[in-house]
Amino acid sequence: MTRTFENVSRRGFVAGATAMAGGLGFPAILHAQPAPVKVGMIHPVTGFVAYSGQQSRLGGTMAIEDVNKAGGIKSMGGAKLEALLGDSQSKVEVGVAEVEKMNEQGVAAYIGCFQSPVGIAASQAAAKYGTPFLIDVGASDLLVKRGLKNVFRLKPGFGVCVDDGIASLGALNKAAGNIAKTAVIVHESGEFGTGTAKLLASKLPSIDIQPKELIAHDNPTRNFDNIALRIRSMAPDIVMMSNYVNEYMLLARTLYQQKVNVAGFYSILGGGFNYKFVKEMPDVSQYMMDVNHWFNPRSEKAQALKKRVEATGALFTFEVYLTYSNVMLLADALERAASADKAKLIDALANSTFKAELLPYGPTRFVDGQNQGARPAVMQSLKGDIEVIAPEEFASAKAVFPKPKL
Amino acid sequence: MLDPGIIFAGVLNGLLAGGIYVLVAVGLTLIYGVLHIINFAHGSLLMLAMYAVFWLWRLLGVDPYAALPVVIPGAFAVGYLLYRLVIGRFSHGRDENILLITLGLSIVIDNGALLFFGGDTQTIDVPYAGSFVELGVAFLPLPKLISFAASLVLCGLLGLYMVRSDTGKAIRAVAKERQGARLVGIDVGNIFAVSYGIGIACLGAAACLLMPTFYVTPSSGHAFVLVAFTIVVLGGMGSFLGAAVGGFIIGITEALGGLLLGEQLGQIGISLIFILILLLRPTGLFGSRA
Amino acid sequence: MKRGIAFCLAGLATAVVFPLLAPNYLINIGMLVFFVAFIGQSWNIAGGFAGQTSFGHVVFFGTGAYTSTILQVTYSWNPWLAWPAAMLAGCIVGWMIAFLAFRAGLRGSYFALITLAFAEVFRILANSVPFTRGGLGMLIKADPRPMNFQFKDPIWFYYVALVLCVASLLIAWQLTRGRFGARLVAIRENEDAARALGIDVFAEKVKALTLSGAMCAAGGTLYVQKYLYVDPSIAFGVDKSVEMLLVTMVGGAGTIFGPLIGSIALTTINEVTRGLASVVPALKNVQPLSLVVYGVMLVLIVARLPDGLMGLFRRKSRHA
Repeated sequence: MTRTFENVSRRGFVAGATAMAGGLGFPAILHAQPAPVKVGMIHPVTGFVAYSGQQSRLGGTMAIEDVNKAGGIKSMGGAKLEALLGDSQSKVEVGVAEVEKMNEQGVAAYIGCFQSPVGIAASQAAAKYGTPFLIDVGASDLLVKRGLKNVFRLKPGFGVCVDDGIASLGALNKAAGNIAKTAVIVHESGEFGTGTAKLLASKLPSIDIQPKELIAHDNPTRNFDNIALRIRSMAPDIVMMSNYVNEYMLLARTLYQQKVNVAGFYSILGGGFNYKFVKEMPDVSQYMMDVNHWFNPRSEKAQALKKRVEATGALFTFEVYLTYSNVMLLADALERAASADKAKLIDALANSTFKAELLPYGPTRFVDGQNQGARPAVMQSLKGDIEVIAPEEFASAKAVFPKPKL
Repeated sequence: MLDPGIIFAGVLNGLLAGGIYVLVAVGLTLIYGVLHIINFAHGSLLMLAMYAVFWLWRLLGVDPYAALPVVIPGAFAVGYLLYRLVIGRFSHGRDENILLITLGLSIVIDNGALLFFGGDTQTIDVPYAGSFVELGVAFLPLPKLISFAASLVLCGLLGLYMVRSDTGKAIRAVAKERQGARLVGIDVGNIFAVSYGIGIACLGAAACLLMPTFYVTPSSGHAFVLVAFTIVVLGGMGSFLGAAVGGFIIGITEALGGLLLGEQLGQIGISLIFILILLLRPTGLFGSRA
Repeated sequence: MKRGIAFCLAGLATAVVFPLLAPNYLINIGMLVFFVAFIGQSWNIAGGFAGQTSFGHVVFFGTGAYTSTILQVTYSWNPWLAWPAAMLAGCIVGWMIAFLAFRAGLRGSYFALITLAFAEVFRILANSVPFTRGGLGMLIKADPRPMNFQFKDPIWFYYVALVLCVASLLIAWQLTRGRFGARLVAIRENEDAARALGIDVFAEKVKALTLSGAMCAAGGTLYVQKYLYVDPSIAFGVDKSVEMLLVTMVGGAGTIFGPLIGSIALTTINEVTRGLASVVPALKNVQPLSLVVYGVMLVLIVARLPDGLMGLFRRKSRHA
């Protein structure tokens, strides 16, 4: 008994002495590591759009890793970012439950939610606590028109995408001698497709193209044969599409199989226009054009990230680099605010002039939560690859319009 | 407004689409007719079969049509075992419970697929996918024509089996009069499992015929099940012939509805038919008084 | 009986005190539990007590949600007034569907499927007509003051949901004691025998659906007031129908507390399994595992407890 006491006491003394010596000699080590900044990421990683949710999560977690590897938030003493991952299960109430749960865990900011309805409700819930909410993907303009000070959307809304798309189409048409006079718009029946289609229809006449018809379809759609028939009977010069990934691909395939000839396919926020589509269906996708979120092909960082993502076996889709860029935007704001205090962070975000290196945007400028510097890019599938054909300063190839007959 | 050529093409498209619907509906109606349950796991099992067809093509280079003799018996086995080991065993014979169990199964299968296969969309590219047959204004893609013909053949074979073979007769006996069948010595429990198996085998066939022109994701089976429900009700729940005829009627209605009313409202046409049939003639075209 | 009442009062007291001590996110979960229990109870009236299983109950939910939202947003009604209007709309839709379906003599699976079809029709209509703004959905302006049926503190939504849930329990309790409920049970057990006993089967079933529709519509309004946004898939998507059916059948259809027990069980399982997956570091997305576990638990519960979770209590009391 006494021996144990002595042993313990001796060990304890040695340990204590070492600690004290350490404390005296190395004060830096005794300084606690600054508390990590918690970043809540809410995405639909299960359910119908699980793929997109998982891609968003991939981009976000990679970005957080990168920020931490580069030393964290330096103005906060090297504080690291910590990801809180939430599954919205594509449901509004689950998304909001995650917001509440993460708030309990002391989250500093949220990034989410891919689907606009979930984003709308979740950001509203976050507004209660004054926590910044970064919308990484979500097309509805309702997201930024509610006068909420805590909502920030880095990517362009469909208003800007439509305007840029119309301008580029007008330029293309002019360069081809105004051969396109009519268009048919095929869109998904939810808020993204309907909103985009209506806006398109109202602006097409300004470039001398008449919208002949707006064809709405459900998600999911079993087959597009009848829509293809309708399109063929109307014989438009341009077919414009706004839908999600599977319907986009199926529609394109059906139109190709049914030999529907048009001067051009010009989609605005076409969900399926990505590397997988272009590589797996080169004949179907050849010459199709899309106005969409894209990375800056001239950015070295973007190309490097692309290689990293593809090395993990994943595709470099827009969800990945949009969420990645949002994390970077947040990190920049934290750096400038030198604190995770919500009011300071919102201020820093509101005044942000962050340059998203991966994206073809100008410097950030938020007005009512919408980044005015955001722009889509116009892409075309050429020779089994995706080239950016507009805007000029980011282009990697010249457009081919009209497309050759099938 | 629309010229007859387009209408004709629409009808043809509808027939081709109907071919697939028929297979999905026949399985559903068989399961309902014999087991008196609405199989909530139907869409998930279709998805599983479609993945099977996809992996056979991707890993072994098997053409989806050539995969029929493998996928059909495989699907039968899965269905049979699923019934024997899970559904039949856990439901204690109660209809509401079978419903919940098939619902639970669909959740497990859908998310299991998401977990193991990932969420990306997979497609099959067969070399003849671009070929088509031209009939006036109609461009009929070759794969859809093959699927249509194959579906007719398979349904015919299944029909023959149901009428001529002993098991087929036993199945029809159990569907008509469960207790009576038991009394004449039919192993009703086994027949239940066999029926479920055949229902899923139909899904296996449908999967092979769908994959050349459709795609698979963990949620892609459900799109076909809702329309299958409509067909089953239209044709008469439990009626094999009804499902077959109903499938083509719905296919054509969908096509014409889509052409004349626009795709969205055309889908309403299907639900409205559903409602009207139920209100005016609930036994459907060929069903018997329940 | 005395023990039962004491138990209920204790439960109620816990429910009332709980949000005063709990963090916000648990209050939110609590609200969801009572909300789902409430709409589950509405399903229970039709499906559990009257035995008319429906697969499309969300049609009432969505009717209520859109009615109160349209009245508020387009016609500037006060939401507290729009609420009873929404319930009335649910009543009318319930009556209409019941009238059509039961006049045609639909029963069992046929009735279940026609309700599904009605929900689909309503969803597509909601997507196509201008006064619902179609696929764009409708936003309620955030102005969290009690007179707008919006609350800054989630505790109030919790209490509203609790009140609704208790009200629904009382309605269910009344059904087990009164003649109307007895007639419904008679119809459930054997419709033809009930008719032979002189019960106006058609009228009773219609009444049940009407009541059920009104209740469910009330839930729809509460949902939109909380989340401030509605669109056709939120309002008429099949998920809510399944949820209502699930919590009731798992809890015990035709019992007073079935939907509540089911709601507590399933919400807890969902929360726990969803949280588990975020603890496991994302090795190429393991989140679906949470739902696999959820599905397995569902199958096991049904397998072990064919009478639903209430069967546990019943068995216990028999042995007590």
